[in-house]
Amino acid sequence: MRRLVLILVPYLWLIALFLIPFVIVVKISLSDVALARPPYFPQLDLTAGWAGIRTFFSELDFENFTFLTTDDLYWKAYLSSLKIAAISTALTLLIGYPIAYGMASARPEWRATLMMLVILPFWTSFLIRVYSWIGILSQGGLLNTFLLWLGVIDQPLTILNTEIAVYIGIVYTYLPFMILPIYANLEKLDGALIEAAEDLGCSRTSAFWLVTIPLSKSGIIAGCFLVFIPAIGEFVIPSLLGGSQTLMIGKVLYEEFFSNRDWPVASAVAVVLLVILIVPIILFQRNEQKNREASQ
Amino acid sequence: MKTPLLSLTATLALTAAAVQAEEVHVYNWSDYIDESLLSKFEEETGIDLVYDVFDSNELLETKMLAGGSGYDVVVPTGTFLQRQIMAGAFQKLDKSKLPNLDNMWDVIEKRTDAYDPGGEYSINYMWGTTGIGVNMPAVEDALGADAPVDSLSLIFDPANMEKLASCGVHFLDAPTEMIPAALAYAGLDPDRKDEEALAKAEEVLMAVRPYIQKFHSSEYINALANGDICVAFGWSGDILQARDRAAEAENGVEIAYNAPKEGALMWFDMMAIPVDAPNPEAAHTFLNFIMDPENMAAASNYVYYANGNKASQEFLSEDVIGDPAIYPSEETLEKLYTVTPFGPKEQRTLTRLWTKVKSGT
Repeated sequence: MRRLVLILVPYLWLIALFLIPFVIVVKISLSDVALARPPYFPQLDLTAGWAGIRTFFSELDFENFTFLTTDDLYWKAYLSSLKIAAISTALTLLIGYPIAYGMASARPEWRATLMMLVILPFWTSFLIRVYSWIGILSQGGLLNTFLLWLGVIDQPLTILNTEIAVYIGIVYTYLPFMILPIYANLEKLDGALIEAAEDLGCSRTSAFWLVTIPLSKSGIIAGCFLVFIPAIGEFVIPSLLGGSQTLMIGKVLYEEFFSNRDWPVASAVAVVLLVILIVPIILFQRNEQKNREASQ
Repeated sequence: MKTPLLSLTATLALTAAAVQAEEVHVYNWSDYIDESLLSKFEEETGIDLVYDVFDSNELLETKMLAGGSGYDVVVPTGTFLQRQIMAGAFQKLDKSKLPNLDNMWDVIEKRTDAYDPGGEYSINYMWGTTGIGVNMPAVEDALGADAPVDSLSLIFDPANMEKLASCGVHFLDAPTEMIPAALAYAGLDPDRKDEEALAKAEEVLMAVRPYIQKFHSSEYINALANGDICVAFGWSGDILQARDRAAEAENGVEIAYNAPKEGALMWFDMMAIPVDAPNPEAAHTFLNFIMDPENMAAASNYVYYANGNKASQEFLSEDVIGDPAIYPSEETLEKLYTVTPFGPKEQRTLTRLWTKVKSGT
C-alpha cells in the first residue's frame, strides 16, 4: 500500500502538471480560429450530453498541422532554434565543465562558498540580468568602450541585435544549470579510481578522458538537457538581445498567439515543438535502459 | 498606442484612505495619465483604485479574449476595440450614469463611430497621429536644407533612406501602422487589405528595409532624444516627449514631429468596460470622473496627447492646445485617415508579410 502511494505521487504530479495541460493544448490545436471569447471553435458543451460531445469531436481536424507545412517560415524557425540551442549547449558545456571540475577539486571547506557564488545571480530577476547585457553589448556600451580604450578595436563592434548576443545571453543564463548537475556528479567521484588509473600507467590527461569524463557522463547529459530544452523555446533572450533577423520558434509562437490571435495554430506549433523535444528524450531513455540491462 | 516601457504589469499600489472595501481595477497604457488623478479619484469617490499598465494592444486583446481578466476599465485602440466588441468582450455603457458625456467632442465622436457606432460601448480617452520624427540638424546634414521632413518620401524613397541609414532610422514594430503608411505613399487607399495592395506595400517596405536600423515601438523615444538615430516613424506624443527630453538635455538634438502630407493615420484609444467586469458600477464612476473637463485636461497636459473632450480644451495649457502637432489644424485634420481592423485571414497575411519585412524570411 505504501509503495502504491509512493508511485502514485509522481504520476499525479505528471498528470496534473503535464498531461492535462497538454491535452488542452492538443484540443485547441485541432480547433478553428473564431472571433469569440475564447477565440476558437468548437467549445465543448457538456450540457448537451452525448450529442454535444459527438458534435464537438466531429468539428476537430488536423488542418492547422497541414497549414504548418505550407509555409517555410515554420520549419526554418524550428531548424534555427535547434541550431541555436545546440551551439549554446555545446558552449555552455565547454565553459561549465571546467568550472564544475574546479569546484569539485577545491578543498571541501571552500565548496559551499563556490556553490553559493554559482547560485548568487539567481537572486536578481532574470529579466534584469538579460536587460543589463543590453548595456554591456550596445555600441556605446561597456564592452565596446573598454575595447576601444584598450586600442584593440578602432570601430565599435556590432554585437547587440545579432545572433552572437543571443548566444551570449543563453550561455550566461543557463550556465548554472550545466554546472550544478556536473558538479553533483564529480563531487561523488571516488578519487581512488583516478589514483588507480595513474598507478596503472595512465597520464593525468588520459585518466581524465578515460575515467573522469565517462563517470560524469550522467551529469553531462542531465546538464545538456537542462540547457538544451529551455533554450529551444527561448523567447525573452532573442527578443531582447537578438535582431529582427534572429528567427526562433519562441518568437513565432508569440506572433501566432498575440499578433495573429490564432490560438489553434499557436497550439499546433507548440505541439510540434513538444514532439521534436520528446522523441529524442524517449529514444535516449530507451537506449540507457538497454545499456543498464546489458550491463547487469 | 503608447509603449514606453516593457513593464508588463508595473502595478501602482495605491494606499487608499477610504474605509470602504469597494474596488475598481483599471488597465491602461503605461505612462498615459497624470498620476495625481488617481489619488484624486480615490478622495472624491472613496473607491479603491487599482491601476495596472500594459504596453501592447495584442497583450490586452489576448486578456480580453481569454476572459476573466478581473479589470473594470480597459483602454484598447479603435480597431482593436471594434474587433473585441464583435467577439462580445465588452458590455454596453449605462449612459444614465455618465452625465459628463455632454462634455465630449462631436468631431472625434463622429470618427470613433466607425469603431463603436453611437459610442454604445466606449468613450474616447486620447487620440493622436502616426508620423515622422526627425532630428533636424542631422537630417539636414544628410539630405540638405530642403529635406522632405513632412513627406513619406523621406522614409520610403530608397534614395533618401540610403543617405539617412548612417545616422539611424527606426520604424514602429506594428504592421497595422506601417502597412497603411506604405499604401499611402504608393498612392493607394491606406485601408485596403486585398492581396494586390499588400503586395504593393511589401514592395515599398522591402525597398527600404536594408536602411532600417531597428523595428521597435518604444526605443525610438530615447534613441531620438539622445541623438542615436535621426529619423523615427512613430506616435505623435512619443516623439513630442523625445523633443522635450532633448531640449532639457541641451545636447544639440532638435526634434520635430510632422504628420506626413500624403496623409497620416489617426488613432483613438478608447475606454471600455469588459463584459465580465467585477464592478461595473464603479467602472462607470471612473469613466464619468475621467470625462470631467479639468481631469481630462490634466491628463492631456501631462502626456502630450489630444483628447476627445471638448469642454476640457479651456483647461489645456498653451503648449498642448496651441501645438499643431497635438491639435492639428482643420486643414491637416482633413488629411488624416482612419483604418478598419483586419479579419483573421487578412491578419495572417499581414503578420507573415511583416515577418518577411523584418527577418527577410
